[in-house]
Amino acid sequence: MKQIYLDNNATTTVKPEVLEAMLPYFREQFGNPSSVHWAGRMVSGAIEKAREQVAQLLNCSSAEVVFVSCGSEGDNFAIKGTAEALRHKGNHIITTTVEHPAVLETCEYLEKNGFEVTYLPVDKDGMLDLADLEAAISDQTILISVMWANNETGNLFPINEIGEIARRHKVRFHTDAVQAIGKVPVDVQAAKVDLLVLSGHKIGAPKGVGALYLRRGTRMTRFMHGGHQERNRRAGTHNVPGIVGLGVACELARLNQEKDYAYVRRLRDKLEQGILSTVPDVKLNGHPNPDLRLPNTLNVSFNFIEGESLLLFFDMKGIAASSGSACTSGSLEPSHVMKAMGVDIVLAHSSVRFSFSADNTEEEVDYILAELPPIVQRLREMSPLYQREEPTPLHCDECRMVHKAS
Amino acid sequence: MYTEKVMDHFSNPRNVGEIENANGVGEVGNASCGDIMKIFLKVEDNIIKDVKFKTFGCGAAIATSSMVTELAIGKTLEEALVLTNQAVAEALDGLPPAKMHCSNLAADALHEAIKDYQAKNS
Repeated sequence: MKQIYLDNNATTTVKPEVLEAMLPYFREQFGNPSSVHWAGRMVSGAIEKAREQVAQLLNCSSAEVVFVSCGSEGDNFAIKGTAEALRHKGNHIITTTVEHPAVLETCEYLEKNGFEVTYLPVDKDGMLDLADLEAAISDQTILISVMWANNETGNLFPINEIGEIARRHKVRFHTDAVQAIGKVPVDVQAAKVDLLVLSGHKIGAPKGVGALYLRRGTRMTRFMHGGHQERNRRAGTHNVPGIVGLGVACELARLNQEKDYAYVRRLRDKLEQGILSTVPDVKLNGHPNPDLRLPNTLNVSFNFIEGESLLLFFDMKGIAASSGSACTSGSLEPSHVMKAMGVDIVLAHSSVRFSFSADNTEEEVDYILAELPPIVQRLREMSPLYQREEPTPLHCDECRMVHKAS
Repeated sequence: MYTEKVMDHFSNPRNVGEIENANGVGEVGNASCGDIMKIFLKVEDNIIKDVKFKTFGCGAAIATSSMVTELAIGKTLEEALVLTNQAVAEALDGLPPAKMHCSNLAADALHEAIKDYQAKNS
């Protein structure tokens, strides 16, 4: 059976060049880069080379790059490290309702510890009102945290403008750029960000490695206590093969992003136009202007059918995608991003995300466009909501009780 | 995640559709949880002669709907009324724990349809 992978916002395959660069660091060059002896010396250069490769992609100095274990660690470090370091200056943080849980739940944790958090709403297209953002800034505001691109819809936030506002008000600015890196140009100088987080496995490096850009002079409280690695900024023995892989993936992204993602964009646009023109009752989630979304992401709701069922039928045809339905999120509610955008509850359960990489082909898009309409039609004919005249029941007492208890 | 039986009933659901002139119809669930099941009955001489279903929901929701129709056909109303959601789940060799609340409503939908029939024929 064909295997078509369209879930690259969840994770990517490790690129062959990345894997090849990593392999010597498991056996031959296994040393701890903090050691003084020959085994340690053999690998310390590799760490610094990778740091330079990450810095070049971001347009920063290599001293401003701190290696971490994943995007979630980077976001936790950026937000908690700032909150503690700047507690004497204020206790207010501004973020958005559509952030990744690594940001949202970290902010919720800080709320329980004396901080106040403003969660900025988004409009029906998933976009922020920058006047809202500026109005939310007070003399207590110590951090603005806004993602570069949304993982579910692919929406790109106006990071340069937000950076401008943050700089004008002298507020620190953190961006979770996990989804943007490698897909669109990311320049920390132009964007005036102080803290930026990226993750290896979204760009063809392995899982278990990421990086935090920490602008020179940005005071942080340590997050991971222990050894003196990363100039005392992050303890823990270096994940040498992972860091080497991340470096190579960043270099490949720098060299190939423009070409690869012009190609990816064509595939995405073809799937988007194909679905919207052939399947009735479909809603695009995210900004209608494709220039304001990541070039690889398409999120659509197939009305009247539930996302997990659709994914299971796709899976039987070898197509891997993801959904914002409650059943696939592991919670009782559909995606918080769809909710923040005011997407109708049935449509939120019906949302499906296709996320491309440069490994996808036009033949794969043609195959999906051929297989998808009959699957959708079959599930609709099974649905009591399709061609329904009476109103749809919307609420569940048992769920409300479960929510209250949790 | 799902057992073979669940996947069988999900990919080849039995008794999908509506019964014209059904003499009992029941619906449970809601859009908030993401599962809505509707059951149509044809009852003759206190026996369920035919059952059909329509379901909006995940794999477990569709599989339990399909299974409940198989279990109900040929039963008396009294027998069908003692059929539980748990029994439907067991007939499918079990469901993942996260699916036990929202998606396991099929017996409830059947009971609603029987009550509808009884209310109309009392």
